[in-house]
Amino acid sequence: MNFNLNDLFIVFWPVVPFIGVAALLVFVVIFLVLMERKVLAWLTIRKGPNRVGPGGWLQTFADAIKLLFKEDIMSCQANKLLFTLAPIIVFAPVMVIYGLIPFTEHFIAINLAVGLFLVFALSSVTTVGIVLAGWSSNNKYSLLGGMRSAAQAISYEIPLVISVLGIAVLAGSLNMLDIVKAQAGGLFNWNIWPAFIGFVVLFICSIAEVNRIPFDLPEAESELVSGYNTEYSGMKFALFFLAEYSALFIISVLIVTLFLGGYTSPLGFYLTQIPVLIHIEQAFWLVMKTYAIIFTIMWIRATLPRLRADQLMAFSWKFLLPLALVNLVIVAVWKVVV
Amino acid sequence: MYIQGYGILAAFIGFSLFFACAALVMSWIVQPKAPGFLKEKPYECGMNPFGDSRIQFDVKYYLYALLFLIFDIEAVFLFPWAVAYDELGLFALAEALIFIGILVIGLVYAWKKDALRWDGNA
Repeated sequence: MNFNLNDLFIVFWPVVPFIGVAALLVFVVIFLVLMERKVLAWLTIRKGPNRVGPGGWLQTFADAIKLLFKEDIMSCQANKLLFTLAPIIVFAPVMVIYGLIPFTEHFIAINLAVGLFLVFALSSVTTVGIVLAGWSSNNKYSLLGGMRSAAQAISYEIPLVISVLGIAVLAGSLNMLDIVKAQAGGLFNWNIWPAFIGFVVLFICSIAEVNRIPFDLPEAESELVSGYNTEYSGMKFALFFLAEYSALFIISVLIVTLFLGGYTSPLGFYLTQIPVLIHIEQAFWLVMKTYAIIFTIMWIRATLPRLRADQLMAFSWKFLLPLALVNLVIVAVWKVVV
Repeated sequence: MYIQGYGILAAFIGFSLFFACAALVMSWIVQPKAPGFLKEKPYECGMNPFGDSRIQFDVKYYLYALLFLIFDIEAVFLFPWAVAYDELGLFALAEALIFIGILVIGLVYAWKKDALRWDGNA
């Protein structure tokens, strides 16, 4: 049988998106953890990790290896099956969302007509895992953390989804590529201008959805030890950790894709004209915009204190929800007028 | 855009479940196993844990869940309208505004009934 490189390529081609997404996810998280520690250190005038490798570069690798070799302690009162299932349910949907996001014009693993809808459907599944983790641990801190997380997630989901409705009106589609293509042609075609209120609402809700300061009540260290993952150790904890940082990255990419033109160039034209280089340039613009958003979220973490539980709920229902509805009406009317 | 359709979505869900399970199995193989009685107690900052953790919840969680259900279904109903907005025209806009208006009345009612108060006596 004649076997050449081309056959090999065809056999392995369908595997590429899977390996690509898995590698991207792990790489992004390893970089993001280091970045967060360095940025927080810089903002609070500390040094941050600086022992492992040059300038602390290898710190996250060391942490990852340590977590892999850690003993997995399971509480004797825990529900063993659900306790093991919870980190998987939290992690898996986040990974599927990576496949639904267009990183460049062609680097999108799952291109569906209902892509945007599916992203939010999957991100809600994570909440189920967190409640499961809290309940199955049979620990008071975990249970409180899990319940708070559920209450917070469902409260912030509503303004989030309604502000995204404005994007569906503007683009006339739920396909992620269509949404990005509708914003092509430079800075002034971005969705952020007609849907500015929606952008603000989505940005605040995103921080709440990934449970970060000032909305990190589910994990409030000073009251709940570590919230829903108090009882977790070893690789199960690592999966929660991985899911949390992946979610931070993916929600930032989502903000960029929906409001800031996604992978398109803010100049309105591409600096490079060769097809291969255009891909790299698109990825470059996406990464630049995404890390600007991530940096802002980290900056907020270093600046603001934590909210109180009642303030947190009131803020979503009494402020963000009316604002999101106003945004939807403004966008709908704007679309008719322009 | 090289692969389309829902088959790849199912494959992706399977792959991510496999990825998570593989990480757990890999760690289970290499980790040391040294169980101990005190180690396996629920963590309560060093105190002896007392009572069952699975207590009754405050009813306010339930109220928020109900409100969530209503507004989530509203959003689901509005998605088809939003996607087909260009073809539907002004009549659909007016209808959607009436629909949103009815739900805003519901929100105001819940607000006035203090259902949105976390620290209330609900």
